[in-house]
Amino acid sequence: MSDADRGRATHGDGLERSVDRRALLISTGLTAMAAVSASVAGASTGFIERLLRTRFTELSPERKAEILADLEREYGERYARKVMVADTPPMDGVEFAYGLDIARCVGCRRCVYACVHENNQSRDPQIHWIRVLRMEKERGIELAESTAYYEPELVPEPDAFYLPVACQQCRNPACVKVCPVKATWKEPDGIVVIDPDWCIGCRCCMSACPYGARHFNWSEPTISSEELNPNTHYLGNRPRPKGVVEKCTFCIHRVREGRYPACVEICPVGARKFGNLLDENSEMRYLLREKRVFVLKEELNTQPRFYYFYAT
Amino acid sequence: MIKDIPSFVAGSARLVLRGNRWYFAWMAFLGVLIVWGVTAWLQQLDQGLIVSNMRDQVSWAYYIGNFTFLVGVAAAAVMLVIPAYIYNWKPIKEIAIFGELLAISAIVMCMLFVLVDMGRPDRVWHLLPLVGSLNLPSSLLGWDVLVLNLYFVLNLVIVAHLLYTAYHRRPYSPRFVVPLLLFSIPAAVGIHTVTAFVYAGVAARPFWNSAILAPRFLASAFCSGPAVLLILFQILRRTTSIEIKNEAIWKIAELMAYAMFLNLFLFGAEIFREYYSATHHLIHTQYLFSGVHGHNALVPFAWASLIASVIAFLLFLIPATRRNLVTLNLGCLLIYSGVFIEKGIALVIPGMTPDTLGEFYEYVPTLTEVRIGAGIFAIGFLIFTVLCKIAIPILQESDEPASDDVPQTEVALP
Repeated sequence: MSDADRGRATHGDGLERSVDRRALLISTGLTAMAAVSASVAGASTGFIERLLRTRFTELSPERKAEILADLEREYGERYARKVMVADTPPMDGVEFAYGLDIARCVGCRRCVYACVHENNQSRDPQIHWIRVLRMEKERGIELAESTAYYEPELVPEPDAFYLPVACQQCRNPACVKVCPVKATWKEPDGIVVIDPDWCIGCRCCMSACPYGARHFNWSEPTISSEELNPNTHYLGNRPRPKGVVEKCTFCIHRVREGRYPACVEICPVGARKFGNLLDENSEMRYLLREKRVFVLKEELNTQPRFYYFYAT
Repeated sequence: MIKDIPSFVAGSARLVLRGNRWYFAWMAFLGVLIVWGVTAWLQQLDQGLIVSNMRDQVSWAYYIGNFTFLVGVAAAAVMLVIPAYIYNWKPIKEIAIFGELLAISAIVMCMLFVLVDMGRPDRVWHLLPLVGSLNLPSSLLGWDVLVLNLYFVLNLVIVAHLLYTAYHRRPYSPRFVVPLLLFSIPAAVGIHTVTAFVYAGVAARPFWNSAILAPRFLASAFCSGPAVLLILFQILRRTTSIEIKNEAIWKIAELMAYAMFLNLFLFGAEIFREYYSATHHLIHTQYLFSGVHGHNALVPFAWASLIASVIAFLLFLIPATRRNLVTLNLGCLLIYSGVFIEKGIALVIPGMTPDTLGEFYEYVPTLTEVRIGAGIFAIGFLIFTVLCKIAIPILQESDEPASDDVPQTEVALP
């Protein structure tokens, strides 16, 4: 639509009329095609324009700003409220890392639902970026015998402990390596992100991820207008379309503005730690210095930024 | 030369539109299947892949399994091209073109299965070299796109040249075609190897993460593709005047027996390693062959595939049963179904069951998935039928004493 508007706006200037007429013809043609395909595919207008866009990282700042404004308008219409879409860049001298104290976690899953609300995951079908696994104390960490579907009256259960798993934000991410179209990459601050407007939904990354951290929109995600978190980031929690993969981004829209991820804030027992690895005085550096940490599936050489530890 | 193209196209079209009752009944049957499949796909486009039974735990399944199997079928050409052009064995040289026709049809089916598996088929162009953003050299699926397209174009060019020259009763140009044919051998090995690497490169899935996966792919591919061709050859020599010698059929069957032996041996080596070391990784193989915690949907398929493959191996190994057309055809059916289950079901699904965090989600395809799959197979068979319908009369005519002055020995086709 915006191309068509531009075509009409310049048409009246009288300068280089032939060029303008051509632009108008092309954009009218595009709009017509968009209208046809939109009616065929049931998609919104701007379908063709979005279809033929280049990768977000390769766009000029002006084009990016246009796209963000378009998205804000589109989401604003869809959810009938004001939605912000930022593309806050990484901060210099910051590399994020995460710590999780298995000794403290009580398996309440408040983090799971705080994440769903913060990051606009689909409510139907439900998508959870965090999976809390119940382990038997006598077996230790044994994924094969764990379950995410425990429903006791009260947690923690006496014979169990809990291992929450989300994206491990690997330094050596298998998911990024296998993506056939460069739709997912590692940002300078260590966060592995996906461009939902570039992902083709082939799900190679889901095969490659050893932590089950990537989730697919098997159908059109549903979030009610009241439940939508309107503070979003292009690479993070903005509403996603059906048919693309999504994942935890350490709450990219929060942490790049100096806030904690939602799961860290909600945790009632303080089992979740977060900080900047490059800052000597950060919580994470303290943790790595003073506690003994381990990572999941270290033999796969994914080198997670997500550390587990037993504080007591 | 160029002005002859319209007559070739028109002639081909005439051949496709001509046929007996059986031909049109067959085409109508395929047409019904295609409509059945396309309507299911439209439903999938509208609602998303939720209409399949794939979920985050088993995120690749029936579609990608079929894709993998059909990459194998596309190898059939090589099983004919090697004896025909490396060993210059004449009985196979005369019929090698059918391998290429099968390869073309199989690759089209492969591409369609990848397309229907994609969450965003509207963005398929992101996969195109130069236009899109192919993630080379690191993505194996990226490489797969390249080699599959290369192999497709290669076979298309070879077949078009052979048929075009035969149609105009001119000799084909060996200087043009033979290097392409020879190049198609490493290209065929390439499509199988790269497809195997898509799985074998995934360290997160121990069931796939095996060095002998690519050799196993090649071995099973060299049985399943020719199984289709052996049956086709018998139909052709009954219904047309194309001469296909028993020696050619027996020789292909013998090569299939060796390939099946290698396939079973490599399978045995894998099974030994899994069960003897009995690590946590064994659970995928156990899920496949005996079921785990009452999850046993794949068990009957796994055993059916193994038993079919062993029986077929014995039928093809023993000369008496290899030369008996009844047992030979039985063996072809057993190999085809055995390898179809092995690649289509018993590779992808157990590799993802249980998932990387130990969860069992038991996958069985939905009717929508089966319909879409049937539609794609129907499209593949339709393409193969049309290509054969064009090729057979052209080959027959060019085999008969030519009416113009081109000597017959020069028009004889590879």
